[in-house]
Amino acid sequence: MIGDVTTELAAVSCRGVSAARGGVEVLHRVDLDVVAGSWVSLVGPNGSGKTTLLHVLAGLVPSTGALHVGGIAPGRASRRDMARAVALMPQRPVVPEGVTVKELIHLGRTPHIPRFGSETPNDVEVVDRIVERLELGSFAPRLASELSGGELQRVVLARALAQQPRVLLLDEPTSALDIGHQQQVLELVDSMRAESDLTVIAAMHDLTSTSQYGERLVLLAGGRVVADGAPTDVLTTERVAAVYGARVEILDRPSGRAVLPLRGASETS
Amino acid sequence: MIAAPRRRALVLTGAASILLAAMLLGILVGPAGLTPGGVLLDIADRLPFVDVDSGLTTRQQAILWNIRMPRVVLGVLVGAMLAVAGAAYQGVFRNPLADPYLLGVSSGAGLGATLAIVVGGAAGFAGVPPAAFVGGMLAVGATYALGRTVGGVRSEVVIILAGVAVAAFANAIQTFFMQLHDDTLRQVYSWMLGRLATDGWSDVLTVLPYVVVTVAIIALHRRTLDVMSVGDVEAASLGIHPARVRLLLVSVATLGTAAVVSASGLIGFVGIVVPHAVRLLVGPGHRLLLPLSLMVGAAFLVLADVLARSVMAPAELPIGVVTAAVGAPFFLVVLRRSRGVR
Repeated sequence: MIGDVTTELAAVSCRGVSAARGGVEVLHRVDLDVVAGSWVSLVGPNGSGKTTLLHVLAGLVPSTGALHVGGIAPGRASRRDMARAVALMPQRPVVPEGVTVKELIHLGRTPHIPRFGSETPNDVEVVDRIVERLELGSFAPRLASELSGGELQRVVLARALAQQPRVLLLDEPTSALDIGHQQQVLELVDSMRAESDLTVIAAMHDLTSTSQYGERLVLLAGGRVVADGAPTDVLTTERVAAVYGARVEILDRPSGRAVLPLRGASETS
Repeated sequence: MIAAPRRRALVLTGAASILLAAMLLGILVGPAGLTPGGVLLDIADRLPFVDVDSGLTTRQQAILWNIRMPRVVLGVLVGAMLAVAGAAYQGVFRNPLADPYLLGVSSGAGLGATLAIVVGGAAGFAGVPPAAFVGGMLAVGATYALGRTVGGVRSEVVIILAGVAVAAFANAIQTFFMQLHDDTLRQVYSWMLGRLATDGWSDVLTVLPYVVVTVAIIALHRRTLDVMSVGDVEAASLGIHPARVRLLLVSVATLGTAAVVSASGLIGFVGIVVPHAVRLLVGPGHRLLLPLSLMVGAAFLVLADVLARSVMAPAELPIGVVTAAVGAPFFLVVLRRSRGVR
């Protein structure tokens, strides 16, 4: 069957996926296929369902419809199997008191460790490799609660990578960061994607940097996919006005597409 | 979690030594004139293939084996259980204030015990342990159900509020029955304030299986408790079931708490002070926190009991008074220091 073939090639496959939160349906019949090793950015206004879609893909929110992520079906697979296939980098990570950076990253090995077991030398090696790759060695003994926003994002990224997932979900990974640290984190994710054939699905607010990294944009509004394609196709002045209620100018440069918010947004042009 | 193995061994050995010293002190202090050497020799004499003369009289041996020893061992079990249960409650609720008191367990157990005493009279005293146990389980069940229906977003906070409400309700009913039957007031009070006075080994044997099973189950979840520290959403994305873990660990911790409380009465502050003090020393990783809480909790209660029976000797102070008098100021110091660290 054709459907099976696409499911195998795709890292993520949604067919008519709906989800409710608190009894209210917030995601309506979403169709989405993501090729393994690609970067897809989810964009859309606040409350458009980006986070819910990411949580559905991570198997944290129950959904209806046909759904496959990293080769398994959330809801039918165990939480452990899900966590080996999919890692989520949360919007605002919880930082427990008194826990060191190294300990926090080690929690990423949880799905690979037997329920009542403890770390093997292999787990330690995996974490050490990631710590080295993300240049976190000097942070390792520090308390996670003492890190700056940019440092913490790198640590939480390291924890997600320690899960050795096939699919990495990022929920506004750079919203708390200045432009330099934004670039640093996004570059890091992009190079990890290239190195280990990771599939990245990132919910993002900044439309300009979204266009830089996402070779494909999925625009959500009111829990529905309203546009899906290359940044140049999705981001148009009219669509941004319709979906965000924002007045912008779209600038095309050889390096990519930029979205410039204009002053006097209340005036209709 | 990944503390240096040598440091871990050192800390655990230190705590074990303190516990053994506390137990020896607990056995020695009192009017029978037991000597350290005599006690150690007599214990050695009971080991298989060892035959030594301890020099203790028959009466001293009776006091050692039928009064002091069971009392110290009961103190070890109660202290260990309360401290480990406290650490588990704090871990699953991600709330430093979670302890048997705030979750309503102790109040529910108190209500159960009061009903057994006032309804059953003198005969009712034998019914105190099972009644306390049922009351404790019912109370935590009510807390959990209430916390879930109201909860949702921040269930770990709501559940504590629910616990406070359940505790207040249980206390109100308990006071009502105590007023109604003021002839049994003294008995109820003596149980509520806690005591380790035992009748031979029977209490120890009743409590032991609960403590062993409870501590074993909590210890198996040491790494899961570490994962719970990042909150439900992140813990779930790391591959565990936070709600299931919470239900299981709250149930077993309550079972263990109710079992020891039914034998010892209400002893406060151990479950909250001991894990906090240990956390300040070695950090929040449960691999070290749980065994250390167990040993420090046991030592703390044995020493509190020594104090309880020596300050007003030959009269005895309720041990709950001692743990509160020592624990409350200590708790405030801990609170101040931990805020300073932050």
